[in-house]
Amino acid sequence: MTEKSTWRNKVGLAEMLRGGVIMDVTNAEQAKIAEDAGAVSVMALERVPADIRAEGGVARMADLKIIEQIMETVTIPVMAKCRIGHFAEAQVLEALGVDFIDESEVLTPADESFHVWKHDFKVPFVCGCTNLAEALRRIGEGAALIRTKGEAGSGNIVEATRHMRSVMTGIEHLKGLRTEELMTEAKNMGAPFELVKEISESGKLPVPNFSAGGIATPTDAALMMQLGAESVFVGSGIFKSEDPEARALAIVHATTYYEDAAEVVWACKGLKGAAMPGIDVASLPEEERMATRGW
Amino acid sequence: MNRRVGILALQGDFSEHLAAFKGLNCHAVPVKHPAEVRACDALVIPGGESTTIGKLCQRFGLDEAIVELSERDAPIWGTCAGMILLAKEIEASEQWRLGLMDITVQRNAFGRQVDSFEADLAIEGVTSGPVRAVFIRAPVVTEVRADARVLARFDDKIVMVRQGNLLATAFHPELTDDRRVQQYFLNMINSS
Repeated sequence: MTEKSTWRNKVGLAEMLRGGVIMDVTNAEQAKIAEDAGAVSVMALERVPADIRAEGGVARMADLKIIEQIMETVTIPVMAKCRIGHFAEAQVLEALGVDFIDESEVLTPADESFHVWKHDFKVPFVCGCTNLAEALRRIGEGAALIRTKGEAGSGNIVEATRHMRSVMTGIEHLKGLRTEELMTEAKNMGAPFELVKEISESGKLPVPNFSAGGIATPTDAALMMQLGAESVFVGSGIFKSEDPEARALAIVHATTYYEDAAEVVWACKGLKGAAMPGIDVASLPEEERMATRGW
Repeated sequence: MNRRVGILALQGDFSEHLAAFKGLNCHAVPVKHPAEVRACDALVIPGGESTTIGKLCQRFGLDEAIVELSERDAPIWGTCAGMILLAKEIEASEQWRLGLMDITVQRNAFGRQVDSFEADLAIEGVTSGPVRAVFIRAPVVTEVRADARVLARFDDKIVMVRQGNLLATAFHPELTDDRRVQQYFLNMINSS
């Protein structure tokens, strides 16, 4: 029997993206640069997070014409973002044929109570998280890929490390629990019991776990990979730097050979200009933080 | 006989391949550097993005190491992206490839991700019923030449080919619990 868009098909695509770099792009020309540098996928956007942050206003799903142009330009999978809870944007992106939808805190949330019920879709979803419980809620709703949120558009890796460490520590904690402790743990976490039990037994998430939000240099990518990320999303870090082509190549290089410092040195030597300007996240007022959107 | 099976670990679902071979008590190791490739008796090129894996192979000198391995007649198996990289011809694409098999492939032959699917496949040389095959943005083979032999088709489309010690599958046996395709490859290794 032939079955389309099975759970294995969805998680499988996420698995094919492992060990790679997914780059934010705002037009076909940038998408080509990303593909030529060895990106495994591109995220089609109207504005990169740093510009969304600077310009303010409501950030929505990208113009479909831009997404289509990007889909026509590259052969690698194309992702696009919908607002948290905006299932109509997600329906449109699925009908357009994007390969992955990111229900993303980088855009202005459309619903303050509910995320999209992602099991209803044929297209796989990726969602952000700041800790294990949030990751499990999203997987429970049907996310086939998890990425830690970090603080998008900040050029500052501190939130990305906090969130990745939180997820990895959470998994270690569950592994150490006895069976009779799991129901109470699920209640306290606010996470689906079945997933809590599964992770306690398997010692890993049932979907891949990538890192996002704040990666600006090859060493940032190497750090996140060593902390447990299986791939990295680079948003503003490439096209807000002074050397997008060289930086894209260098970040791909450092992600491939993340555990080998001599290779990362070689990657860093390929840089040709300054990284994007960064923001001290501690100085950001609560309402300007993207990581706290979603629950 | 415990031959060293390298799993090309530059990018893609190499962990699933590693786990599958380890489950068969195989000496499977991830390989990322040319010297590691040269030290293997067989190689698996996993699923992933063929443009990415191809660029990394070229940039870091794995292209020559893999070609040397095939010149020694070591078995090489490519799944999905790996199949694309093994092909001599890729329709409407200038992308770099190893070009070791006399086949033409068409990328994303079934459409985009929403068209990805699973199906049951009868495979020549694999007994005890059909294999559940997971196709993800999968390629197909549109032409086989020389001594390349078709082992499986789905809807008349060629999805598995063998040429001497080279094996290519458009689908992902590493994503299911059925290990018969891995066993087929191990038999190739043991008789080489």
